[in-house]
Amino acid sequence: MVELGWWGVPIGVVGGAIRVSTPFLFVSLGECITERSERINLGLEGILIMGAMSGYAVSYTSGNPWLGVLAAGGAGLLLGLLHGLACNLPRVNDIAVGIGLMLFGTGLAFFLGKPYVQPKAPTLPAIPLGAWSNSPQIRAALQVNPLFLIGVGLAIGLAWAFRNTRWGLVIRMVGDSSDAARAMGYAVPRVRTLSTALGGFLAGVGGSFLSLYYPGSWSEGLSSGQGLMAVALVIFARWNPIQCFYAALLFGGAGALGPALQSVGITSGYYLFNAAPYVVTLGIMIATCSPRRTLAGAPGELSINR
Amino acid sequence: MASDRSGQWRHAAEALVIPIGALAAAMAVFGVFMAALGQNPLEIYALIYKGAFASAFSWQNTLSRAAPLILTALCVALPAQAGLMVIGGEGAVVLGGLTAAIVGHLLSGAAPAGVKVAMALLGMLVGGLWIALAGALRQYRGVNETISSLLLTYVAVALFNHVVEGPLRDPSSLNKPSTANIGDVNMIGNLPGLDIHWGLGFGIVFCIAMHVLVRDTTYGFALTACVLGGAAAGLAGAVEVAAVHGSANASLIAGYGYAGILVAFIARQNPLAIVPVAVLVGGLSASGGMLQRRLDLPDATVLVLQGIAFMLILGSEALYGRLKPFRARAA
Repeated sequence: MVELGWWGVPIGVVGGAIRVSTPFLFVSLGECITERSERINLGLEGILIMGAMSGYAVSYTSGNPWLGVLAAGGAGLLLGLLHGLACNLPRVNDIAVGIGLMLFGTGLAFFLGKPYVQPKAPTLPAIPLGAWSNSPQIRAALQVNPLFLIGVGLAIGLAWAFRNTRWGLVIRMVGDSSDAARAMGYAVPRVRTLSTALGGFLAGVGGSFLSLYYPGSWSEGLSSGQGLMAVALVIFARWNPIQCFYAALLFGGAGALGPALQSVGITSGYYLFNAAPYVVTLGIMIATCSPRRTLAGAPGELSINR
Repeated sequence: MASDRSGQWRHAAEALVIPIGALAAAMAVFGVFMAALGQNPLEIYALIYKGAFASAFSWQNTLSRAAPLILTALCVALPAQAGLMVIGGEGAVVLGGLTAAIVGHLLSGAAPAGVKVAMALLGMLVGGLWIALAGALRQYRGVNETISSLLLTYVAVALFNHVVEGPLRDPSSLNKPSTANIGDVNMIGNLPGLDIHWGLGFGIVFCIAMHVLVRDTTYGFALTACVLGGAAAGLAGAVEVAAVHGSANASLIAGYGYAGILVAFIARQNPLAIVPVAVLVGGLSASGGMLQRRLDLPDATVLVLQGIAFMLILGSEALYGRLKPFRARAA
């Protein structure tokens, strides 16, 4: 047994970054697809909570957490589809629908999830990458969930797909110039709807991580704005899936700072450290946005460039 | 000109009929949802009416809940009039309430009238500055105000928890961390002759003033709208502390800011329309307790109805200018 002392803080932050970043990663990859097609879905927050609830409920009833992950994705897909279809209507604003979906998804999840607050559902297993070490902190930090690895693979795959596949190029074209896409004969609203639905699927999976791995139970206070921060995160990552991964790690690390400091005995500013991820997000947005130019890498038609 | 007049009437009628139709549709969808879960929708409608509007007690409950909603809805509607979509009213409520609690505590012993005014004004000031921060970030740095205002809400809640659980915690509040009580003499109390606190009066006056401001003056940059909206939400928090709770504690984080977004959208960002809509939404949330007690439904039942209503209201935007009776005849 090795005493780590102050080294516990960076190790805690790294471990926390791996643990906490997974939902960010999935939600931001989903939002990345959606935004590349020109829509913004703020309702991912509601989808995330709905995914957390349905994942937990299905895992509890079926006994298989991976079925729960799938169900969470399915719930997210449906809500994403709802957002996509609503935004196809004339005069309907995607930001406003996102806010509506956030309230709707949250309310529905709280309502349907009431019976699952108490029972204990089977959760996802972890891969002990830290088994070589005899330090419990390092072991705890390197407990990696398979979903994290899937997310990393997904980020790489998406980056490749945006560049090299027909679908990736169609999504990008719809987002950069809907006129060009229409001239090529693609149904612009349909592509956007499907991109939003796919984004919803990933956000739902991200939500299932919250309830099925870390923190690993379902309650009404489970999500704390991860779905919304992901929207900011995608802007910071310049709509690039690989950078979404780095940004998710950074946000996860910021979120782990408070508990890590608490573990070495610094508790006085605990609640203030809870604000760290939000302050980091804000700081990054302030640093990267500019009133005079559009952001490099932004889809041409995205309304965030107004 | 006569045709202009009739066009105006047609617009007004359209702006009334479409939201009411969307709300009716939301009730129907909610009824189907409840029926699918084995509940009797008619019984639920009856209970909602009973819990919200059937008796003096339920009216009192409804109006007390409507008061903060009027003010938080202004926090959405005023920036929206200036083209900004601010959804961080909850943060202004929380900080406005915290400010009022701190002011009330620090000034305890001073003349109660002065303490009350100071609590309200400083609560408004802090709320206004908080939302102005989101507006300023938009104006000077181009940061999307929807996202930044919401992130600021989480920062506000963290600040609130830090103060309430830490430096200013009243040691005697064991189970529910609170700041020290502001004292009964400093409570602002109820509207004369009614069992409803002053927040309702403030909200209505604020709405009328803002209606006049929006309609009759050219005054108002985006940033001013943020300050005024934030001040309204800050006042909502201050009133909750100074008229209801007596101290700042977790009861203040009750989601008024989020429900206010719904109110503002149903009212189509019109300050005057906010008052009746807030009464309606306040009534809905007042009936939540009734549904919980009588039918053993989760307290989130009302949230589901609100969510359905919100989605349908937004979808109904597509109907404007498309319904035959409201269309201007071609000249």
